Amino acid sequence: MATGEILLEIDEVALRVGERWLCCAFSQQLRAGEVLVLLGPNGAGKSTLLRTLAGLAAPAAGQVRVAGRPLSDWPMRELARLRAYLPQQQPDLFPSSVLETVLVGRHPHLGRWGWEGGRDEAIARQALRETGMQDFASRDVQTLSGGERQRVAIAAVLAQQARLLLLDEPTNHLDLHHQITTLELLRERAGSGCAVVLVLHDINLAARVADHVVLFDGRGRVLAGSQDEVLRAEVLGEAFSQPMDCIDHGGRRVFVPR
Amino acid sequence: MQGPARLILILLLLSLCAAAALLWALVAGEFVIAPLTALSALFGQATGIGADIVLNLRLPRAVAVFACGGLLALAGALMQVLLRNPLADPYILGVSGGAAVGALLAMMFGLSAWLVDGAAFAGALGTMLLVFGLAHGDGSWTQTRLLLTGVVVAAGCGALVSLMLSLATDARVYSMLFWLMGDASSATRPWPALAVLGLALLAVAPLARDLNVLVRGEEGARALGVDVRRLRHVLYALASLLTAVSVTLIGSVGFVGLIVPHLLRLVIGNDQRVLLPACALAGGTLLVVADTAARTVLAPIQLPVGVLTALIGVPLFLFLLSRKLR
Repeated sequence: MATGEILLEIDEVALRVGERWLCCAFSQQLRAGEVLVLLGPNGAGKSTLLRTLAGLAAPAAGQVRVAGRPLSDWPMRELARLRAYLPQQQPDLFPSSVLETVLVGRHPHLGRWGWEGGRDEAIARQALRETGMQDFASRDVQTLSGGERQRVAIAAVLAQQARLLLLDEPTNHLDLHHQITTLELLRERAGSGCAVVLVLHDINLAARVADHVVLFDGRGRVLAGSQDEVLRAEVLGEAFSQPMDCIDHGGRRVFVPR
Repeated sequence: MQGPARLILILLLLSLCAAAALLWALVAGEFVIAPLTALSALFGQATGIGADIVLNLRLPRAVAVFACGGLLALAGALMQVLLRNPLADPYILGVSGGAAVGALLAMMFGLSAWLVDGAAFAGALGTMLLVFGLAHGDGSWTQTRLLLTGVVVAAGCGALVSLMLSLATDARVYSMLFWLMGDASSATRPWPALAVLGLALLAVAPLARDLNVLVRGEEGARALGVDVRRLRHVLYALASLLTAVSVTLIGSVGFVGLIVPHLLRLVIGNDQRVLLPACALAGGTLLVVADTAARTVLAPIQLPVGVLTALIGVPLFLFLLSRKLR
C-alpha cells in the first residue's frame, strides 16, 4: 500500500526524562497517507515522543527527520507550515471567539505585519465545518464545554494546513460519536496526502485507525511496527499489565480486558 | 469591520477621548482657563498668566500623567501575557517595590529630588535584574517560578519600605507616604516618558501576533513557530522598563495597569495588535481624567491620584462586566 513520500522518519530515537529511560532506540517511518498511533500506559513516554517528533524536545539519542530534513535543521516557522501539533491541553485564560482561536492556526502562513484575510477566514470556517463547530464561530471559547473546546482546538490544527499532523489525545473529552467522526476526519486527511500521528488511550480506536503502532510498555521497551505486528492480545496485556482477550467481531478485532 | 480598518477606527476614537481629557486637564483647576485660550497657548499664540499656567504647570503634569497611564496599562497588558495570568499587574514582580526602596532610601538621607528619582529608577532596575537572575537559575524559566520569585522579592521590598517608614523622622514620613501613594505634582520633565511610551509601542507592534499565539499556551506557540524564549525575555524587559519609568516619574499609582487591559478586553477583544496601542491611549486618558479630578473635586485639597483611578475605574469595570455576562 505505502506509496506516498516519506514525511516522518524516526531514526534510532531514544528518550530519557531525567535519569529514567522512556524507551531504547527504535526506528519507524511514516509516509503520506498513513496513520501512526502511539499507545502505552500512563507516563510511559507517548507525549514525550510526540513532542520530540514535533521538534519541541530533543531526543536523548538518534534523529527525527521531517520531509527528509533533520528537525534541528528546520527553522521553527518554516516547520510550522509543514507540521501541526495539538497539545494535550489548551488553557483559555482570556476571552476569545471560536473563530479567532481557529485563526491562530494561520499564524505561520502570515508575514510579520500580516493580518488574517478573507482566505484565512474561509479556511478557518471550513475547519470549523469539518469538526461540526460552524455554528459556534462567534461564541467565546470560555463558554464551551470540554468536548466542544477540543473540537475547536482540532479545527485550529486543521486550519494550519500542515501535511504532518501530530495530535496528543485528540479524542480527549469527546463523546463516542465525535471520537469516531474525529478519527474518520483525520483518516480522510491522511487519504488526501497527510501523515498523521496520534496519541490514543483506547486500543480499539487505535485498531480502527492505525496503519502503524508504537507501543510503550512503561519499562523502557518499545515495540514499533504495523498494526498486525503490534496489536496482539498477549503483547498488549504485557505492556498495560492487564491481561487482554482479542475477539473477532465480524472481521474486526476487538480487545477487551480480561 | 475587521483587521487594520478596525484598528484605525478604535485608535481614532480613543485619540479623541485622549485629546478631550488632555484639554480638560489644561483648563480645569483653581484658575479656570477658557479652552480657546488654552489651545492658543499651546500653539504659542497667547501670552499672560493663563498661558503661563497652561504651558509651565498644567501641560507638563498632564503629559506626565498621560505618559505614565499609558506606560502602566501597556506594561500591565504585557505582564498579563507574559505570566498568562489575568490578575498580573505591572507591580506584581516587584519593580515598584524596588523603586520604593530606592526612593525612600534617598529620602532618608535627605537627598535632592532628582537623586530620589535616580535612586527609584536604580531600585526598579535592580529588582528587575534580581528577579530575572533568580527566576532564571538553572536555565528553566517557568512562569510559576517567575511569578513566585517576583512576588517574594516584592514582599521583601515591602518589608524594607515599612522598616524605613518606622525609622524615618516624622517630617520625612509625610513626603515618603506621598511618594508611595503616587504624586504627579512634581513631574516637570514628562517628555522622555512619552518618548519611551512611543518607542515601546513601536517595539511591540511587530510582536503583537506572536503574543496572540503565546496567550493560548506556550507549547502551542512554539509549535506555531514562535520563539517563545526570546519573546518572553523581550516581554519581561519591556514591561519592567516601562513600569520603572512610570514609577520613577509619578510613584506607584495602582490599578491602571490591572484594570485598563481588562476594561478594553471586554469592549474590543484580546487581539494584542489592537489591545496594546489601545491600552496606551486609554490608560493615559484614564489617568489624566483621574489626576485632573484628584486636584479639582475637593480643591484646594489634592487627593492621591490612585484613589480617583479606583473610584472611576471600579464602577466602569463592573458595569461592563455585568453587561457582558447578560
